[in-house]
Formats: sequence, C-alpha cells, structure tokens
Amino acid sequence: MASTTRKRFRNLVPGAFLVVLFFGAAIVSFFYTPFDVETLNIKQRMLTPNAVNWLGTDHFGRDILSMLMVGARTSLAVAFIAVGIGLLFGVPLGLMAASYRGGWIDEFIMRGNDLVFAFPALVIAIMITAVFGPGAVNAIIAIGIFNIPVFARLTRGASLSLWNREFIMAARVAGKNSARISIEHILPNITNLLIVQGTIQFSLGILAEAGLSYVGLGAQPPTPSWGRMLADSQTLTTIAPHLALFPGMVIVLTVLGLNLLGDGLRDWLDPRLRRER
Amino acid sequence: MLFYLFKRITSLIATLVVASLVVFTVIEVVPGDPASYMLGMNASEDTVQALKTELGLNQGRIPRYFGWVSGMLRGDFGTSYTYRTPVADMVSERLMVSLPLALSALTLAIVLAFPAGLLAASRRGGAVDSIVMAITQLGVAIPNFWFAMWLVLLFAIKWQWFSAGGFPGWDIGFWGGMKALTLPAIALALPQASILARVLRSSLLDVLNEDYVRTARAKGLTRRQALWRHALRNAMIPVLTIIGLQFSFLLAGAIIIENVFFLPGLGRLIFQSIAQRDLIVVESVIMLLVFAVVLVTFLVDIAYAWVDPRMRRGH
Repeated sequence: MASTTRKRFRNLVPGAFLVVLFFGAAIVSFFYTPFDVETLNIKQRMLTPNAVNWLGTDHFGRDILSMLMVGARTSLAVAFIAVGIGLLFGVPLGLMAASYRGGWIDEFIMRGNDLVFAFPALVIAIMITAVFGPGAVNAIIAIGIFNIPVFARLTRGASLSLWNREFIMAARVAGKNSARISIEHILPNITNLLIVQGTIQFSLGILAEAGLSYVGLGAQPPTPSWGRMLADSQTLTTIAPHLALFPGMVIVLTVLGLNLLGDGLRDWLDPRLRRER
Repeated sequence: MLFYLFKRITSLIATLVVASLVVFTVIEVVPGDPASYMLGMNASEDTVQALKTELGLNQGRIPRYFGWVSGMLRGDFGTSYTYRTPVADMVSERLMVSLPLALSALTLAIVLAFPAGLLAASRRGGAVDSIVMAITQLGVAIPNFWFAMWLVLLFAIKWQWFSAGGFPGWDIGFWGGMKALTLPAIALALPQASILARVLRSSLLDVLNEDYVRTARAKGLTRRQALWRHALRNAMIPVLTIIGLQFSFLLAGAIIIENVFFLPGLGRLIFQSIAQRDLIVVESVIMLLVFAVVLVTFLVDIAYAWVDPRMRRGH
C-alpha cells in the first residue's frame, strides 16, 4: 500500500513543489527582491555567483536572482492568462459543438478550429506583432488564440461520449435543455480533463513566452523576462556563461514542474488512467 | 473513399480561402504605408503617389486581394516592395535553408525517438523505460534555443567543429551546407524526439493491451514478435499524426532557431520584411506556412483513410 501511494505521488509532489516555488518567487518579488532590478551598477557587472549576489550579476550589474524573481511574474502571468483565454473561449465552443453534434453549428465550430490550427503559434504572434507592435499583452493574445482550439477539441471530444450516457438521458427526460445539461452535467464531468490539459498548456505557454521574448516579440525593456535575459546573454556566453545558465534552468524547472504536476494530477484525479503509461 | 477525398479537398480549399482572407485583412491594417516608408520622410507627395501606382497600392482592397490570390495560384507571389525582386525567388531561396533544416531535424527526431520509444515500451517499468522517460521529460522542458546556445558554446566555440552561425550556401557542396545546418537541426530535434518517443511508447502500451495482441501471444508469438508484427503497425496512427504536426511546426518553429544561428531562412525573412514594411513578402510567407500546415494535415488524413477504412466514416 505504502509503495502504491508513493508511486501515485511520485510526479505530483515534486511537480507541485516546483510550481509553488516559482509562483511563490513571483509573488514575493512584488514585496521584496534582494536587489532593485532597475538600478544599473556597471562596476559590479558580470560577477559570478557569490555570497552577496547568489546567482551573480548581469552585464549591467543587476542581480540575477532578483531579475529572475521579477521575470517570473511575466512568464507565469502570460502563460496563465493565455490558458484562461483558451478555457474561456474553447470550452463553451466545445460544449456547444458537442450539444449540436453532427449539425451545422458543430461543423462550423470545428472548421473554425481547423482554421486556427493552420496558423502556427509563432505565425499568429508575428501577425499580431506586425499590427500592434511587440509586447507582453500581444504575447498573451497570440498564445491564448493558439490555446482556444486545443480546449475546444478536447471539450468536444470528451463531451461527445458523455452525451450517450444514461444520466444525460435522465436529465433530458427531466426537461432540461442542451445548454443546461452542458453546464450542469457535462462540464463537471470533464473538469479533471480540463485541469490536466490546462497544466500542459500552461507549460507550453511558458516555453512559447520565453521563445517570443527571446526573439523580441514578448515583454519589452525594462520589464525583465526570462526569454529576454537569455537573448541578452547570448553574445556573452563565452565570458559569462552563468548569464545564460540560470534563466534557462529556471525555464526548464518551471516547465518540468508543470508537466510533472499535470501527470500527477491525471493519475490522482482519474484512477482509470492510473495504470502505468 | 472518393466521397471522403472530395469532402477533404473541399475543406482544404475552404480553409485556405478563409486563411488568405484573414492574412490579407490583418496585414492590411498594419500601420505605415509601404510607399512613403520606402521613400523616406523627404519624398514629395507626387513621388509617393507614383510609387503607389507602380506597386498597385492605389487599387481598392478587393481587386488587390484577388490580384494577390490569383497571382499565388499561378506561382507569382508579386514583387518585393523593398528589393524589387520577385517574392517567389526570395522565398524559394529561403526555402533552400528552411526546408532542409526542417527535414533533417525531423529525420533526426524520428531516428532518435523510434528506438527509444520501442525499447521503453518493450521493457515497461524497467530501468531502460525509466531512463527514457526521465530523459524525454527533460527534453520536452528544455527551450530549444537555450539548448542551441550551449551547442554553439561547446561545438562551435570551444571545440570549433562547426561554425557558430550563418549559412555558406549550397554552392560549396552538399556536405558543406549540411554541416552548417547540423547544430540547428540537433537543437530543433531534441524536444521533438522527446515528444515522439513518449507518444510512441504510450501508443504501443495501449495497443499491447488489445485483444489481438493477446491472441498473437496465445498462438505462440513471443512478446517481441507480437510487438513487431502486430502492435507497431497499429500504434503508428497517433505517431503519424504527431510526425505530420511536427513537420509543419519545424518549418515555422525554426524561426527562433534561425535567430540563434543567423540562418537566412523563412523566419528571418518575415522579421526583416515586417521591419521594412515589405508587406507583400510577409503575406506570402505566412500563406506559404499555412499552406504547408494544411497540406500536411490533409496528406496525413488521406493516408489514414487509405490504410484504415474505419477512418473514412469518422466525422
């Protein structure tokens, strides 16, 4: 028993730990950072990790630990809101498509999905940037749009199988219409699935935000972001590799944490999927 | 099958038409008039108007849209505002970098993922399985451009086996060109290989639970024989979907990696064109990428329907 319990939480506990750690760092950064991230101190530039600056300083003498903490806000907020957009639009669309399954509304929604899927996330980001200019908000919109069809498809697929079940039939007989059944009976039954997919999209969002910031399409200076820290460090890797090391490691650990959390939640919430996969 | 094919082709064309409308509309609202941008601030109104007429910018939006689309159908992507060269030539020159890069990254991902996924699935729960799962878990979490930076530091700067960036062109020979694409391809392949290995493993594990695999075992095949002869072929469907998606992702997703290695691919062409308000190039490259995605999805769907008749009835 002890060993199965341990196995069950093998992913959940380290995943949750990492996620809480980085969310914590982002929240703490609003009240406290070891150093101010907007003060430049050229004399202290590119220090290697030491007792004062735990992770060293960057090419402007800013404390890297403090910058990572503030940068966590951008990365986490962008990815989190983008998941929110995906859920907000994707889930109702998916529910609607499933409740009109086979009809023209279903067909229309699904073809719309295919259309959005035809645009790679980066291309959406580039188009938005071309119109509105780069910025964190545009990164959110680009990643958010990309998330909508993901959630719409998942919701529709999971709802379709539920619509044939007896308890839905019973709700029908009781006189509830499709919209009420979708909200009161279908939605609660697919919440677990949505939570798991949400963590996965969250981790993809972190990677996407980092990539967009890296090429200059995400958060703009002076807002620190993990991707931009990497872009700044690129030309300095030979003289100060730690500038590239820490932001990258933070991204990897956050994404890893979210993926582990997603796997762990799936195992925990859905015992049917718990067999070794 | 014919009806299915017809239905899929109709939907392919419809998607492309709507996508072209979206791209055209979005790019049309981009602030900044290409003609005055090209001529600079001191240009007289007459010169700007003359250039606008020359570029066809004075026509209404609707004729311009149809001109653009019918041109693309004939393989004529228009003329770059900035360079005054045919966009088709610029794009095909860049494709000579982006396409080989995407293909070699995909090949590398497949070559790495198949043995890993097969080994992990056939030794489920064992040490090899755990190692594969741990490595791939890390592989999906590492940003490819960050990985690329370390590849450059190690193989290009420290050991100097490869150049740190740029592309010498195919004139210096096939291997010379491939050498410049090696590090970018490795960087692109790592996360893709990890995803593919995981999908292959879990798909194989699903199939290995099926009745027909049990039957195959019951008639005396070993676990390995059952895996090779019956499970692998059936497990390929989700794997093929992912490979199809990955190819289109690699074509567009190489944009970031091109930036790390200063490769003159499609991605850098888009960035440069946006900066120069060379909107016709932006529109055309985006449409080309969308076309690639839609076409690959279409081909994968058709391949399924051909292999597995059950698929033709679905949706």
